[in-house]
Parts: sequence; structure tokens; C-alpha cells
Amino acid sequence: MDLTTNSLLLTWTVFTPFLGLTAILALLALRPALRLSQKAVDEASRGIGMIAAVVATALSIALWVDFDAGTSNLQFIHRFVWMKAWNIEFFLGVDGLSLSMVILTAVVFLVGAIASLPWLGKLDSHHPHFSGKRVPGYWILLLLLETGVFGTFASQDFFLFYVFWEVMLLPMYFLIGIWGAPSRKDPDGRTRGGPYAAIKFFLYTLAGSVLMLLALIAIYYASAPAMLADGTQGPHTFNLVHLTAQAKAGVFTGAKAILGVPFVHLVFVGLFLGFAIKVPMFPFHTWLPDAHVDAPTPISVILAGILLKTGMYGMFRFNMQIFPESLAWASWAIGIIAVINIVYGAFVCMAQKDLKKLIAYSSVSHMGFCLLGLAAMTSTAVNGAVFQMVGHGIVSPMLFLLAGVVYDRAHTRDIEGFGGLAQKMPEYTAITGFAFMASLGLPGLAGFVGEVLVFLGAFAAHDGIFRVLVAISALSVIITAGYYLWTMQRMFLGPFNHRWDHLSDMNWRERITLYPLAVATVLLGVWPAPVLDMVRETVNTLMAGM
Amino acid sequence: MHDVAPVLQDFPLLFLIPLLPLLGAVWNGVMGKTMQRRFGHAAIHLPAILLPAGSFVIALWSFLTLAGAPHGTSMINHLWTWLPVGTLQAEVTFLMDRLSGVMALVVTFVGTLIHVYSTGYMKDEPAYWRFFAYLNLFMFAMLTLVLGDNFLLMFVGWEGVGLCSYLLISFWWRDREKATAGMKAFVVNRIGDLGFSLGVFLLFWGLLTTPASPAPKGHDDPHGVQAASHQAEAAPLATSIAFREVEQILQDPIKRDRIVNRDILGMGMMTLICLLLFVGATGKSAQIPLYVWLPDAMAGPTPVSALIHAATMVTAGVYMVARLHFLFTLSPVAMTVVATVGALTALFAATIGLFQYDIKKVLAYSTVSQLGFMFVAVGVGAYWVAIFHLMTHAFFKACLFLGSGSVIMGCHHEQDMRKMGGLRKLMPITAVTYFISCAAIAGFPFFSGFFSKDEILWKAFDSGNMLLPGGGVILWAITAIAALGTSFYMFRSYYMTFSGEYRGAAAAHGHDAHAAVAHVAAHADPHAVPADSHDAHGHGAHAPVESPVAMTSVLAVLGGLALVGGYVGLPLLWGLPNVFEAWLEPIFAGTAQRVTSAGFGHGAEWVLMGFSIVVAFGGFFAARILYKDGRSPFPARLLASPSRLVQATHRTIFNKYYVDEAYNVVFVKGSLVLSRGLAIWDTRVIDGAVNLAGTIGRSFSFLQGAIDRLFVDGLVDLVAKVVQAAGDKIRRLQTGHIQAYVQGLSLGALALVALAYLLAW
Repeated sequence: MDLTTNSLLLTWTVFTPFLGLTAILALLALRPALRLSQKAVDEASRGIGMIAAVVATALSIALWVDFDAGTSNLQFIHRFVWMKAWNIEFFLGVDGLSLSMVILTAVVFLVGAIASLPWLGKLDSHHPHFSGKRVPGYWILLLLLETGVFGTFASQDFFLFYVFWEVMLLPMYFLIGIWGAPSRKDPDGRTRGGPYAAIKFFLYTLAGSVLMLLALIAIYYASAPAMLADGTQGPHTFNLVHLTAQAKAGVFTGAKAILGVPFVHLVFVGLFLGFAIKVPMFPFHTWLPDAHVDAPTPISVILAGILLKTGMYGMFRFNMQIFPESLAWASWAIGIIAVINIVYGAFVCMAQKDLKKLIAYSSVSHMGFCLLGLAAMTSTAVNGAVFQMVGHGIVSPMLFLLAGVVYDRAHTRDIEGFGGLAQKMPEYTAITGFAFMASLGLPGLAGFVGEVLVFLGAFAAHDGIFRVLVAISALSVIITAGYYLWTMQRMFLGPFNHRWDHLSDMNWRERITLYPLAVATVLLGVWPAPVLDMVRETVNTLMAGM
Repeated sequence: MHDVAPVLQDFPLLFLIPLLPLLGAVWNGVMGKTMQRRFGHAAIHLPAILLPAGSFVIALWSFLTLAGAPHGTSMINHLWTWLPVGTLQAEVTFLMDRLSGVMALVVTFVGTLIHVYSTGYMKDEPAYWRFFAYLNLFMFAMLTLVLGDNFLLMFVGWEGVGLCSYLLISFWWRDREKATAGMKAFVVNRIGDLGFSLGVFLLFWGLLTTPASPAPKGHDDPHGVQAASHQAEAAPLATSIAFREVEQILQDPIKRDRIVNRDILGMGMMTLICLLLFVGATGKSAQIPLYVWLPDAMAGPTPVSALIHAATMVTAGVYMVARLHFLFTLSPVAMTVVATVGALTALFAATIGLFQYDIKKVLAYSTVSQLGFMFVAVGVGAYWVAIFHLMTHAFFKACLFLGSGSVIMGCHHEQDMRKMGGLRKLMPITAVTYFISCAAIAGFPFFSGFFSKDEILWKAFDSGNMLLPGGGVILWAITAIAALGTSFYMFRSYYMTFSGEYRGAAAAHGHDAHAAVAHVAAHADPHAVPADSHDAHGHGAHAPVESPVAMTSVLAVLGGLALVGGYVGLPLLWGLPNVFEAWLEPIFAGTAQRVTSAGFGHGAEWVLMGFSIVVAFGGFFAARILYKDGRSPFPARLLASPSRLVQATHRTIFNKYYVDEAYNVVFVKGSLVLSRGLAIWDTRVIDGAVNLAGTIGRSFSFLQGAIDRLFVDGLVDLVAKVVQAAGDKIRRLQTGHIQAYVQGLSLGALALVALAYLLAW
């Protein structure tokens, strides 16, 4: 495979948000000189942020147009030596798996950016909207986050990947901590709210990062000499293509066991746990509901839509691509945990009274399908898992946007406190019903495709336990229908609760974010080929390594 | 064994059959509200009726083309590849063969008529547009179910009709009970769907991986198993999931035996596949144990009950089993289970029907019961009879439901038959069509139901496939009793509703019989007299009047078909041509030799036919004596009887054997308790552990903070300080700190690993 630089388009895509960020910083620096008002700076920040998000989306679509789906080779490669002393390269490139995630990133961030615009309805002075708070800072962090996510999906050098991975962490911490819900005491006297959730998210992810970092360094020192981008030979390498080839050649299986555990298994577990926290995998999932409940709407959208996928992506890119034997070794355990994710997550959903928390737990349940697909290790299941990442990346943002719609108006998300909202908000009711149906896997919508492929694929796995696991996790289709319809019932149906007489139906800012996602949900549901075609060759190559 | 090779003839318009109603649904769903406000009802119902009518025309065209083509021909229309993944190629392909052709005609014909009827029944409904949008969406889903040529496409329709059923049952969503009924229907259907999906998964897996020789039982060596399945994967049996291709594969005796002889969980693989698929059928077609949603589904508007919950959707399970005859005939166990469950459901539902007062509930239980008859037919392998009964049932049951709708509208949204009576004079067309349909369902000779039901009883009696003691005779006995019950309660509903004097106005005063009944009912069930909240039409207390022509004309058409619709399937016993059987014969020919007869001759068939007639008239006369004109004191006296036994029996049956209550306690409450328990566990234990880790870290660093600065700075202090800051204002945490932590952490970790490596070198 030729790994020389052949295009800068991907690099431009990754760093477009960063350019936007720089522009906002420049604006802030020039503010005294230009004598700009606060309002002007705010508006300009929003404008720059929107432009960056739109341009990034346009560039990612350009990538799609130029992408050759007939090969699993990396494309749009940009590669040079970054830190010679440590044999670190700047190495960007995408295969089908990466590209599908890059496009999804662009779309989810564009939706998130639109949802970050000020609410066009009547503003309520008692409930200041996050979109009016420290606007330039918000957009700077949002754009930094976008570059971080893009880079995570596009990096083909392990160290570069790690850098981008950490870049995602900080902006998220501040976005939840500062723009999220203020600190409060819950009924049991415990401190909850944005700051708590942010720190929990931060520490948890950091704990995962530590494990990943340890694995990264261990892999580096175990790796064999490899050619760098400048043509010189380095004693070790972070280059993923080289690492994969070396793994296939048995370089790592020969490495010394640590404390009696084979080296490959140990680094596999380290990497896996680092990613599993992001997915989030049971029992490391409890940061997610807290983070979601207290994050502002667009941040929840981004968190559920794309950040969770970085964990799954990491599992495919590292655990499966480099250590397929270890994946086979761990497939039982992963499969069982996946089923816990799916069924346990669904049951916990049913008990939730906060709409956003319910949706957060439904993410736990639905990401379990991705884990199951990974663990099953059949072509159909892996395709299904990747599709589920895309499908969930479209449907869960809708759900969080919808939770935001009602929260912006009612300032509560207590499901039991509503009732008969269909009378006052018919359009909102209809689109919520649609999103619920998409999420519960109604055939013809995007959620179904991933689920059914994972199930069919896992059912045909070599290992008989997966048939049992599928049978158990299929129970979730009932529970999921139960909690969504029950939520529908309690919020929208029945006699109208006149406490909500002042609520208005959806506005255009909300429609602009929701309807395109709804259309995409239908399109991918009836014609999933664009995504499946894009990832097919990559999945085939991954499977060939098994 | 038929030797005709299947011929696929391209019919490029086939996709329009489901598509046209979908267009109607989208149009009315998006534009309907505006159109209704601007242009009135006609702007809604014209497209909503014309598009399904267009589907009917195309279906008829295709059907006639099919009729002109040689045996074994199917009309096919391939659109695009839906799921292009590896060994699985799910296509979006519609296929009309002789079976799906009949179904498509029934669905589009009855469906269109019910749309016409709805223009009258729903004329005062403010959300008129929404109703027609849902109804059209249902037509789309049902036609996809019928015409889809593979398992997954059928499943799209299968779940789609479930969704529409939910939407239409909850149509009057302001009423919490109605909304709940919709939810119940969807969730119970999903239980069935789970079974269906698992059956499909198992089938595909079986087709893909059946080893050349069955793996020896009790074989524990995983390598051996893996090797066997590796070997099998090298030569998969099938890569298609289309019905016709699976059928073709199973015609090869070697391949067939490989699957049939395979054991899963101590059960034949094919048996397990069929039983799981049948679980799906019990959900959709309201059989034991998943029938509970259908009676509640009567909360929907009456045209919905007629279309979805009588004529079309609920027959999907029957259609599915008939469609998959090539699977079911391979498992005698599954056939026996299907037929037995059908027979038991037929009897069980019929007994509940005996004591209901809500006219729609009577019809609902009668539907459950009639579906049971159809399952008896598919269970014993008499597939054409099941489809025949499905069709005649669609006519007479739709007519009955629509008749009840006419009555309910005439009586100002009263559904309690005790408050009706005497409507024959006031609503003559409704009365006549209702009577004809009652005669048809009861099986009066020469009415449509007679031919189909009698054939079911005979086929059950004569079945050689049943693994029951006495073969099919016991099934025949159960269904014959159910048929007697059917005849009785249907005519009971007729006489209570149409004969005697109108009791609507007198209801408040209450005469003896009524008071006694009400007394018992009040004890038995506080909801015995359903209060329909949808009565805001301001009719006042006028006497009932006949419904508008949009409704009565539909009743007339369906009543006519209930009368003559059976003549396409005249008994061969009479030496008359059976067009229907001949039409469907090629579909089921491939498996016909596996369906055996017990060898009872024509004599037995004549006797049974006579017995069927006796049963039909027996029920009729009993109902006539007891309920005509409300004059017989016997029913009231029986209900007022002091006998404990009588009271307990009546109460149990009236309350539907308390099955709903039991399900509620076990499944609904059970899963709620479980979910709450798990949620508490999640916050207290799992998240508690996370928080505990934070607290421990904080305490630890507080004590040891001064000592090992290097280490603590690197790791513990990070935990401690950041957690400590949790309660504080976010401002206190400055960027610099976090970055310093990350830096320190990274360097520390680096140093650690480097150290480990130096030591290990």
C-alpha cells in the first residue's frame, strides 16, 4: 500500500473547525482595537462557527464523492514525520470505516451548531438559555471539539490518535461544566449538576486514557523497526499500518508476557477498557446519564451522536485490526457484557422519570448492539455494528434535540409531569413519535437495519453462545417498545394537563435540525447501501485478519 | 408433486399497489390539516379513497394477468437491494403469486370499501385527515406484508401494520384507556415479533450452516464443532432469503433432511423454527396466549376494527403460516401445535363471547374465535381452506363490524346491547345485512361461511397429520362446540340489538331483566358498561336513524358477498367445481404429499356436513328463544340465580377468565418492579462505587497528601482535588490545573512503563 501524501483534502476537513476557532480568537484579540460590542462579538462568533461547521460538512461530502469504495486502502493520505526522536508521524488517512465516521461527525456537529443558536422563541429571564452565555468561549470549545473528533477518526498514527483523543476531552469538560445545568442538591442531598457531571466525565475518560496510554507505550516498545515517512528507518513505530502488518507477522505474540498474561492480551484489555468507557460499556456507563442530563442540548447531541462512537471506532481500529486473536479470546466476555448493556440498559430506561436520562440509558442499550456485533466477529454482524453506529448517530441526536425542545419551553423534563401534550404541540408529538419508532427499531427506519444485521450476524457466529446471547438481547425489542410507548403515553396522550397551556409548538430553528435527520433516518432505513457500500471493503479486510 | 418450473413474469406496476396508499398517507399526513381547513372533507377522502382504489385496480389487473398465465407463474417486480451484506441479500421485491394475489385483492377491495364507509362514520371527526392518513398507511403496510417476496420485507409490513394498529386504536388519544389499549396492542405484538424474528434467524442460520452430517449429540469438543461449522460455511446452503428460493432449497431431499434431522435444544430444528414463527402468528392474529390485545383494540374507531382487527391485519398470521407451508409441513409437531392452539382459541374465545354486552366486544371475541378456526385449517395442512375462510370471514366480519358501527352511530355512540333493541324497524338495511352476516358466520347452508367453515371441520376431522390421540377428531369436536357457541352468541347479538323495543331511552329507568343484569355486572366488573367518551355530537335523545348511504351501500356490498362469496369454493363433495381450491392448488402442490388424510370416506363427510347444519341452527334457535324481543325471562333469571356455581362461572367467563389481570400482575408489574430495582441498583451500587472511589481518593490524599508528593501529585491528588472541586464553583478549576494534571499523568505513566520495561529487559 502506498502511504505517501496524496491529498490535503482530509487535513483541511480536520482543521477547518480549528481555523474557525483561530478566527474567533483573533476577533477577541482585535476586539478592543475594533471597538466591537459584546453583542457583535457574540454574533460574529456564531457566524464564524456556523461557517466552519458548514465548510467542514461540505469538505466531508467532497471526501465522500472522491472516495473509492472498492478498496480498503487508506485514502486522502497526508503523512510526514512529526517528532523524529520518538518516531511519531503526522499521518492522516481514511478507509471506509473512518470516512463514515468523519461524515457523521460533520453532520452531527452541524446539527449541534444550529442547535447552539439562540432560541428564537420568547426568552424567559428566569431561565437564561445557554446559547446566550459566554458565546465566543462556547464556540471556540465547540470547534476545538470538532477538530478533536475529526482527528480521532482520521489519524493513522497511534500517537497522533492519542493526542486528538485527549483534545476531545477538555472542551467537553468545559462545555458540560460551564454551559450545563448549574450545581444543585438532589433529593438525597448529593451534589449533582453540570460541574459534577463534567468532572465525572473527565475523570472517567481520563482513567480510560491512562490505560490506553500504557497500552500505547507498551505497543510502541514492542514494535519492530519500520520505515518513517522521510524514508529513514526508526527502531519502533506508532504507524497503524505498520503496526497491523507487524501484528500479522507475529511481532507482538512474541513479546514477553507480563505477570504471566500474554502481552497481546494485556495491551488488548488496556485498549479495550479505555475505549469501553467511552462507548459506554457496562459497568462503566454511569457517567453518561449524568453528563447527558446536565449538558446543554447541542452537547448532548454531540455526545450521543458522535463521541460515543469514538469508543466503538477505537475498538474496531485497534482491538480488532491489530489484535484479532485477542478479540477472539475475549469475544465471550464482550458478548456477555454487550447483552447486559442491551437488556439491562433497556430495563433501567423503563424506570426513568427524566426524559433525557431515559434517552441516555437508551443509548447504553443501543450501543450494546455495536458491542455485540464486534464480539460476534462475523462479517454481517460487523457490518451491522458499523451501521448501528451511523444509525444511532442520526437517531439519538434527534431524541436529544426533542428533549431540548420541551425543556426549553417547560424547564422540566419530568415525564410524569406532562400529559396530553399532543393537543398543544401536535407537530412535536408527531416527530417525537417518529424518533421513538426509529429508535425502537421499526423496520424501514435506520435503527432497524443495524439491529437486524447484528442479530442475524451474531446468530450465525461460530460460537454457539452467541445464539443464546441474541435470544436474550432480542428481549430488548419488547422492553424498548414498552418504555418508548409508555413515555409517549405519559407525555403526549391522555387528558391535557393545563399547566402547559403556555407551551408553543416547534419553531424553525428546531425544524431545521430535526427534519433533515428524520429524512436521513428514512433514507438509510430503506436504502442503507450508501453506508454499507462505503464500509464493505474495510470490514472485509478486518474480517480477513480474523 | 408438481413439475411445473416456477416462472417469474415481470410486472413493473406491482410496486404501485403498496406505493399508492403510502402516497395518500404522506399527502394527508403532511398537507391534510391545511386541506381539510381550506377545502373540507372531500379534499381529504377523495385522494384517500382513490389511491387504494387504484391499488385495487392494479391488483386486479395483475391478478387477471396471472390467471391468464400458465400454472406456476408469479408476477414479480424487483426494485432495489435493501441489505447488501455478505451472504445476506435482502431485496426490495414485490411478488404476486396466486396466494398473495388473493390476499392483495381482499385487502384492497375490503380496504377501499371501508374507506368509503369511513367518510360517513367519521364525518364529525375534527382530525378527519389524520384518520385517513393512518388508514392509508395501514393499507401500505398490509400490502407490503402480503406482496413482499422475502422474510425481511414481509417483516417490514408485519411491524408496519402493528404501528398502524397502535396509531388507530389510540386514535382518540385524549382518552387514557384508548391510548393504553393502543400501547398494549403494540407491545403484545412485539412479543410475537420477537418469536418471529428468532424463527427467521434460526432458519437462516440453519440454511447457512447445516453441517453435511449432523453433529453427534453430547459432543463437547469445541474444536470439532468449530471445524464442522467451518466446513459448512465453505458450502452454504442458501444465500437468499426469498420465500420461493427457500422453498426450492427445501425441495431437495438431501438438503431438506440435513435441516430436518438437526436437533437444537433437544427439539427438531424445523420444529423450533416453526414454533417460533408461530409465536409471531399468535401475536398478530390474536391466538392463545397473546390474544389479549385484540378485545382492547375495540377502543379504536369501528371502521378500524372492521378493517384491521377483523378483515385484514389479524389474518396476517394465517397468511404467514400458509405462505410458509413448505416449512410447517416438515414438522408434524408444529402442525399439531398450530391446529391445537387454533382449536383451543376458537373454543375459549367463543365462551367469552357468550356473555359480553358490548356489541364490539362480542365481535372481537368472535374474531379471535374465527381466527382460531383458520389456524386449525393451516395446522392440519388445509391451506386453501384457511385462505378461503380468511376471505369469507373478511366479508362477513367486516360487514358485522361495519353494521355494529352503523348501530353505534345510530344509538349515539352507545355500544351496550342492553341499551339497544328494536333497531330492525329503524335501521332496516343495517339489520338485514347484519342478519345475513350472522347467518354466514354461523354457517347456515348456502351462505359463504358455511362452505369455508364446514370444510375446516371436515379437514380437521379427516387429518392424518395430527399427533393427538384420536388424530383430528378431537380437534373437530372442539371446533364443533366453538361453532355452536358462535352461532348462539352471534344471533344473541342480533336479537338483543335488532329485535323487540328500543331500550335506549328506557335504560335509565331499568326494567327487571336489565336491573338484574346490571346488578350482577356491577359486582363482576366495574367497567361492565363502557362509557364512550366520544359522544360529543349533540344528538340528544333522538331515536336511532338509518346511517347515510356511504355506509349502507358498503354494508349492502359486503352483505351480498357474505351471502354469495362462498360460491367460489363449492364442496367437491357435491360434485360442483371448486374454483378456489383449483386456483390455489399450484401454490401448495409442492408440499401436498406431506399432508395426509385419515381416510374417512365421503359418507363421513356427508354426516359431518349434516351435523354442521344442525349446529348452526341449534345455536340460532337457542338464541332466538332466549333473546328474541327480550321477552324470555330465562337469561335474567339465570344471572340472578343464587347458585354459587352459576355466579362464579358467569363471573369468571364475563371477566374473560381473569387472564388480563394475571398478565398484568406477572408481566407488566413484574417488569416494572424489575426495572425499578435495576435502576436503583444502577444509581446506588454501580454509580455508588464510582462515587465511592472518588471519596476514597479524596480521603486518602487528605491523609497522605504531605508524604509522597511526587506520586500523589501524579495520580491521587488529581482524583482528590478534582473530586473536591465537584461541589465548588466551576471557576475555581482553571485550565492550567487540568493541563498540568494531564501532563503530570502522562509523564508519570510514561516513566512507569519505561521503568517496567527496563526491569523486564
